Amino acid sequence: MARLNVNIGSLELKNPVLTASGTFGYGTEFADLIDLNRLGGFIVKGTTLNAREGNDYPRMAETPSGMLNAVGLQNKGVDYFIDQIYPTIKDYDSQIIVNVSGACVDDYVEVAHKLAPLEKINAIEVNISCPNVKQGGMAFGTTCDGAASVTKAVRAAYDKTLIIKLSPNVTDITSIARAVEDEGADSVSLINTLLGMAVDVERQRPCLSTVTGGLSGPAVRPVAVRMVWQVAKAVKIPVIGLGGIASGRDALEFILAGATAVQVGTSNFVDPTVTMKIIDYIDDYCVRHGVEDIHDLIGII
Amino acid sequence: MKPIITMKKHLLDFKVEENIRLTNAYALLKLTPADGSELPEMLPGQFVQVAVDRSKATFLRRPISINNVENNRLWLLIRNAGEGTEHLIASKQGDVLNLLLPLGNGFPTDSVKGKILLVGGGVGIAPLVYLGRTLKASGLDVEFMTGARSKNDLLMIDLMREIGPVHISTDDGSEGDCGVVTLNHAWNNDWARICCCGPAPMMKAVAAIARQRQIECYVSLENMMACGLGACLCCVEKTVKGNVCVCTEGPVFNINQLTWHD
Repeated sequence: MARLNVNIGSLELKNPVLTASGTFGYGTEFADLIDLNRLGGFIVKGTTLNAREGNDYPRMAETPSGMLNAVGLQNKGVDYFIDQIYPTIKDYDSQIIVNVSGACVDDYVEVAHKLAPLEKINAIEVNISCPNVKQGGMAFGTTCDGAASVTKAVRAAYDKTLIIKLSPNVTDITSIARAVEDEGADSVSLINTLLGMAVDVERQRPCLSTVTGGLSGPAVRPVAVRMVWQVAKAVKIPVIGLGGIASGRDALEFILAGATAVQVGTSNFVDPTVTMKIIDYIDDYCVRHGVEDIHDLIGII
Repeated sequence: MKPIITMKKHLLDFKVEENIRLTNAYALLKLTPADGSELPEMLPGQFVQVAVDRSKATFLRRPISINNVENNRLWLLIRNAGEGTEHLIASKQGDVLNLLLPLGNGFPTDSVKGKILLVGGGVGIAPLVYLGRTLKASGLDVEFMTGARSKNDLLMIDLMREIGPVHISTDDGSEGDCGVVTLNHAWNNDWARICCCGPAPMMKAVAAIARQRQIECYVSLENMMACGLGACLCCVEKTVKGNVCVCTEGPVFNINQLTWHD
């Protein structure tokens, strides 16, 4: 067995495999099918200050090697998470990270402030890249000033590990990554979904109620690997890579390109046990290549 | 609303024992666990998510109703609705399919005073066969109502007749009443409960009749879904308590929980 444990800021992961926000519920949805304790960690769905109903149906369209979604951050709000969900998941022997979203800077700060006292939550992932909400979301993630302002405000309110989730829908993702690093982010995760669109030709209407949505799945992987490679070269903080990972081989692409950890998202829908296979594959790979410590693979390209 | 079913879910390989082509567009697959194990417990109205491995254009699993459970075999009635289901229909004896099951809540099977009407349209008859058998086994009075364009498009009629009377409507009058199911003469009878599955316009019309006559009525929705586990939040339906996942809080809903009548 190779040493697979990695650190994201002060957050220790037993292995580099996380699940991506919005694709894994609160973890418990998958508890019949996998051992959640084996995960490096799981990132629970986007949490906002107040409950959100999300967008109208249809919110999903299958696309070649992937899917579009326009869920729109449906969730019951941070207080519900703290009172009802947290007690049911806090005893898993796996890191739990909360994905935080907001319509304005104050929203992000207040959610971060409410999550800070939770003993088991040692990191938050701030979503400045959701393409499916009218206010906030991606609006913050597409300019250096916007990204910096959210990071600075949350940093002041939250002293545990702060991860900023970046949008790929920008001209130069490295400049956004540097902007959030300068404001004290401990890590960046990328990529969120790519803005996309699909049309129902027979009905001559968009497939999604919101017309546009976020593209995810293996279709986006080469774009994600490229961006992770660029960002890893541009910043000193650890990079978490995600985008279309469906196998251990895919996860290693990201790690070799510079990711300290990876997130598995859309593939959980297709094979709910995929994360277990990825962890096993990475371990086997290290043994096969005579690698004793996963750090010897991170960013060697 | 019924509580969310928390039956243990399984990810299992199944072997195709039989593939019976019913019509051009429909096939009945009879599956058994590939490792010879016993089928997990499943309720009428629940569904499975089938992986479609050999189709390049198909990324997600396909949600399919449980049509019947018999002799350790799981029956899936599949309509060719696109490239994914086309591949499933083409499976051959001995092929292995990976299934996630059982999913969703299922129809109510508790006792009721009077007759229960099961209304199915198209592939919507799939869950009603297993439901009818289960209700009959509990000593309840079950009758079916189904419709199709023409006599040759009717599915599984003989199977339903083994369970109870079948009221048929065809658009061209080649069998049973002429016209849509909601005009069938059997609506004049007294029904204690209606369970319905089919195209949305049909279910909405049946729900309107049930509401007007104050008959307890359940419908099974088939909103597009990705995970089937309540994680992706894609298959939501608007209900009196807001958007809920059809895959976990449904697919079966009491019509009073839906906002169709608004």
